[in-house]
Amino acid sequence: MSADRLAVGIVGASGYAGGELLRLLLGHPGVEVTQATSERHVGRFVYQVHPHLRRQTTLRFTARETLAPVDVLFLAMPHGQAQAHIADYAALAGRIVDLSADFRLRDPAHYAAAYGSAHLAPDWLPRFVYGLPELYRAELAGASYASGVGCNATASILALWAALQGDLLDPAQPIVVDLKVGSSEAGNAPSESSHHPARSGVVRPFQLTGHRHEAEVRQALAPRGAFDVRLAVTSVEMVRGVAAAAHVTLPAGLDERDLWARYRAAWADSPFVRIVHDRNSLHRHPEPRLLAGTNYADVGWEYDPATGRAVLLAALDNLGKGAAGSAVQSMNLMCGFDETTALSFGGIYP
Amino acid sequence: MQAECVECGAVIEVPEDVMQGEILPCADCGVELEVIALEPLALDLAPLEMEDWGE
Repeated sequence: MSADRLAVGIVGASGYAGGELLRLLLGHPGVEVTQATSERHVGRFVYQVHPHLRRQTTLRFTARETLAPVDVLFLAMPHGQAQAHIADYAALAGRIVDLSADFRLRDPAHYAAAYGSAHLAPDWLPRFVYGLPELYRAELAGASYASGVGCNATASILALWAALQGDLLDPAQPIVVDLKVGSSEAGNAPSESSHHPARSGVVRPFQLTGHRHEAEVRQALAPRGAFDVRLAVTSVEMVRGVAAAAHVTLPAGLDERDLWARYRAAWADSPFVRIVHDRNSLHRHPEPRLLAGTNYADVGWEYDPATGRAVLLAALDNLGKGAAGSAVQSMNLMCGFDETTALSFGGIYP
Repeated sequence: MQAECVECGAVIEVPEDVMQGEILPCADCGVELEVIALEPLALDLAPLEMEDWGE
């Protein structure tokens, strides 16, 4: 291994988020991926599970029990597994980024309410920074532990953030975020509902109430008030992507320049958030299809000044900004790399 | 020279040899702005052929 590169390991690297992590980290000039574990695929070449990585690496999957110490360890396992062994992982690496839901919530009671069981390592919760650099850039800089982000939570937070920062949202107003999501959100374990004849072409209401990412959104918005945010998720014909539309009421009488000013102020220092509110383009609003494979999140709005009714929009790649992209961006901040390193891919079109 | 987009407030770079009637696009919000006066420089929204997006 190159002496001037940080050694990085990925636990649970055979999933979709793990594959996206591998793709991003293999192109990162400051790190070298030395280990990628998968209990199901021990001994197989990484490209045999992630075919787009052929000739990108000669790594083979290893077992978790053979993990050696590294500088940075990414945990990309199913929810619940990281918290069960977090002390063991911390003994192997000074910095950890956990992509699961295990360390996103600061309050163990909120975790139990959202996930239906008591947290196994509640003492570790305050040590983790929520890994959304757009909100916690300063806290992530130099941090040892970062959580992942929920893809639907991220889209919802980013959709609401500029209006929130601009003092346009009233905490007394319930907020409903309608989310259209792609099939890769369900992970790479097949199920009856993901079987092609059942999944192809759907516009399937998946979870319209009680989505567990609501707790993340409320936590992120909490410094500005106790917002009652509800998510309504519908599965649509798309592999990657989340499209969020938050239905809110803003003060009546604002004009377009007022909203542009709020959005510019909120996102001026965020290299991966783009304002998409175009009068003349075919693509006038954020669209997830344009963001596949990128770490960008596009935000925008539609507003009726006569009534104040507004729909605040965000789109992203659930495996990119909604998972692996934010994780690598967090690592960049934790390790002192430029925040954008290895994340500048701008997508493909059409 | 610089001017301000009348739609979104973005700064528009205007060439020194701009002519009255010239169309300048806004890089932020995408509108087309027409130079309606030179001294002083003034921009307004260019007439737009609308597409029926509700169709």
